[in-house]
Amino acid sequence: MARAKYDIKSFPGFFPITVLCLIILYAPLLVVTIYSLNDSNSITNWEGVSLRWYADVFTGPESAKFKVAAWNSFTIAIIAATVATSIATLAATAMVRGGKFRLRTVSFGLISLPLMVPEIVLAVATLIFFNSIGFTRGYMTILVAHIAFCIPFAYLPISARMQGIEDSFEQAAQDLYATKRQAFTKILLPLMAPGIVSGFLLAFIVSLDDFIITNFVKGAGVETLPTAIFGSVKQGIKPNIMAISTMLLGLSIVLVTLSYLISKSDNTK
Amino acid sequence: MKTLLKSGVAAIAFSATATAAMAEGKVVVYHWFEYMPQELIEKFTSETGIEVVMDTYDSNEALLASLKAGALGTYDVAVPGDYMVEIMAGEGMLDTITDGELSNKGNIAPEWADPSFDPGRQSSIPYQWGSTSFSVNRDVYSGDINTTDILFNPPAELSGKINMLDSQGEVLAMAALHMGIPQCSSDRAQLKALNDMLQGAKQHWASFNSDTAKEVLVSGDAAVGQIYDGFGAKAREEGANVEYAFPSQGYVVWMDNVVLLDQAPNRDNALKFMDFLLEPENIAAVSNYARYGAGVKDVAEHLDPALATLPESNPPAEAGDGVFIQVCSQEVQAVYDQIWTNLKK
Amino acid sequence: MAAGAASGGSATTDTYKEARNWLLLPSWLVLGIFVLMPVLMMLVYSFLTKEFRGGVIWEFSTDAYDQFFFDRGLFGDEPPKIEWTYITIFWRSIWQAGAATLLSLLIGFPTAYFIATRPEKTRAIWVFLITIPYWVNLLIRTVSMKFMLRDNGPVNDFLLGIGIINDPITIVNTNFAVQLGLFYSYLPFMVLPIYASVERYNFNLSEAAADLYASKMTTLRRILLPAVKPGVVAGCILVFVPSLGSFLAPDLLGGAKNFMIGSLIEEQFKGNAGNWPFGAAASMVLLSMVLIILMIFARQQAKAGKEAS
Repeated sequence: MARAKYDIKSFPGFFPITVLCLIILYAPLLVVTIYSLNDSNSITNWEGVSLRWYADVFTGPESAKFKVAAWNSFTIAIIAATVATSIATLAATAMVRGGKFRLRTVSFGLISLPLMVPEIVLAVATLIFFNSIGFTRGYMTILVAHIAFCIPFAYLPISARMQGIEDSFEQAAQDLYATKRQAFTKILLPLMAPGIVSGFLLAFIVSLDDFIITNFVKGAGVETLPTAIFGSVKQGIKPNIMAISTMLLGLSIVLVTLSYLISKSDNTK
Repeated sequence: MKTLLKSGVAAIAFSATATAAMAEGKVVVYHWFEYMPQELIEKFTSETGIEVVMDTYDSNEALLASLKAGALGTYDVAVPGDYMVEIMAGEGMLDTITDGELSNKGNIAPEWADPSFDPGRQSSIPYQWGSTSFSVNRDVYSGDINTTDILFNPPAELSGKINMLDSQGEVLAMAALHMGIPQCSSDRAQLKALNDMLQGAKQHWASFNSDTAKEVLVSGDAAVGQIYDGFGAKAREEGANVEYAFPSQGYVVWMDNVVLLDQAPNRDNALKFMDFLLEPENIAAVSNYARYGAGVKDVAEHLDPALATLPESNPPAEAGDGVFIQVCSQEVQAVYDQIWTNLKK
Repeated sequence: MAAGAASGGSATTDTYKEARNWLLLPSWLVLGIFVLMPVLMMLVYSFLTKEFRGGVIWEFSTDAYDQFFFDRGLFGDEPPKIEWTYITIFWRSIWQAGAATLLSLLIGFPTAYFIATRPEKTRAIWVFLITIPYWVNLLIRTVSMKFMLRDNGPVNDFLLGIGIINDPITIVNTNFAVQLGLFYSYLPFMVLPIYASVERYNFNLSEAAADLYASKMTTLRRILLPAVKPGVVAGCILVFVPSLGSFLAPDLLGGAKNFMIGSLIEEQFKGNAGNWPFGAAASMVLLSMVLIILMIFARQQAKAGKEAS
């Protein structure tokens, strides 16, 4: 113990790399934000500052369409991510805490299947399948398809996390006469929180950004933001998309700040 | 947040009224996104009481794939491009409009009344038309641009600065015009030459992209871009010093058409919708919005005067002929696919 | 226990053995019906005769696989040679996806580690910060990314300004741009799983190693990495596998002059070709390839686990 120990937690260079990572992630969004203020029909040519595209989002002739699309995208992403994360958490518990069993490899293959199949194949196949079982296309078909392909994105972080948790905690709880269910909900789930949050967020952004599958399984009258954006081939992409994107960013930052403030005021416990 | 919630409530209310109106009568339209002004849809509903339920696709081929995968029978009308009308008719996806069913059929402009892709307009009416050629940045190149050499055998200033549409049909049709061979030729020597010519031309191209065909011209990333006339005009209006070319070898003409789909669940309403779009005033509203040509008589008085003088829609006298993309036979299409794969492998 | 944690604790336990089937049931049901069924249908399709312009004719045929593996010339009537075209496309995609995964790991691991070592209250904020950019649509993000990387764009201006380079470097429409596109599409998929693993890491282990005069790098390599391996593996799978079939962002940045697997298959369903059996067959080749890679990987993992214990 005579030796002066180095700080075991920090590695030189990790902080600059994190900063670089954030710059890579956010620099393009800065461009998006700037061009949302562009007083031009162009998303590439700058013609001075204006708020006209923000006005367009709320009052323009197409505003109703975009509002509905944004609403659909969000509700689908939240529901799909929630359901997929729940299913993935249960599956991970079985896979990591369920002992050795014969179908383990098969189950892992099944869970990773949506990752391995190119989206367009899943899109066409799912459409044929829905049509053949008489599932009318609409909001529900999008939701069901999203839940299915979001599962592996939620599962992998969750199971990785669970593998890092020794089951001695749950064992100890059971020794103290907790039931299995209590050990699961009171001990394992709280320890799993970072994995579950990671899985949920990944599932959420995967669903929010999906175009190829949604484009095929959506029905008449149901549009999401990606299908609206990729579908604009006849008119081209207009800065109103940039304005919508910027407002989404603003909304997400407000939500994060709120959750931060709430967690801060929660300090009492 | 509040506004989002509000609009969400509005969305639910909106879809609820949409469902309620379905009982009254609706027409299910399979359309491109943002290709019909919202005001016009509302006008149709207020005139006829028929609710318009819209679904969208992003390419002719996606439309075909979706209908093939079993979506036929859930839509009343769709808006395919010229060659896709012919393909869909060949697939039996279109219903025939018998004489007298469309009261405004006589409004179709004579030059579009009997097109090669739908002789006699049995199942379709014109929607919008335009051309596909290319725009050249005049800051980079000041020479003659009205030749397909710009794309396939460009001058040194333009080599390596060309964006092609990522679409087999448009690229191969333009290539056939460049070589002066018929489209979909089954002549082996001609096909071989077409393959070799494209292999040689690829070195001059920077990229294949359709989604941002206009953006690369405006940003200056590409000095030449294969592009639709409307996008060429938009690129120019957004400040790029670009000129749209009408090559002497010819250029591609396209026409989107409203077709009556087979097994349409609301056939009568579909016909009313088509009649509505044959009124000069209504189709002119589409043109003013989408900035493309209408195929209906007497639209001129309703059109935005700026449209009539657009250089992108007024080919010079010495321009070559505009041609539709042809539908190839199965054998030739197989070779075309091979050529396209060779080009992008 | 410490040994178990150090090897990633990857040994499974049987705490919830009795409930196992019930826990798995929802995922089996959802994935079995809505993913496995469609995939099996595509497997059948890959052995059917193609219908011109999309669709299939219900007659058995191996034409799709023949087209994949044998080259019969431009007109399809020459004696068959081995077809390198599609193998080349597959190899290219594997290579690009691999490079993108490596890039994500190099940037993602330090980021995840940094986040996991922040005070507990702020970690959630950092995690959100990583995913917020992905609330913006992929197409919009990629167009902006391209704007940044242009020859006379901000990145080149910056590099020129600080004097690292003398001439603008061309990034857009190169292979590197394809990798950047993939990297940019999937970065959080690397960061979050690693974060979830490192967050659980017991730093007493590092401390113990330091007490035993292990250097920083040794501690990282021998103690930390094995402990957080499940997270790293999960991250690599989540970046590599979807990258293989992805094409939108890489095509936009890279110029789409060369097919990726994803665009090749997309072309069969949404292009002029309309060759569904071939698209299905290419997907099945891709699927089996990924399965084999994952299985080899899992086997090595199991082996390593055995040796460790």
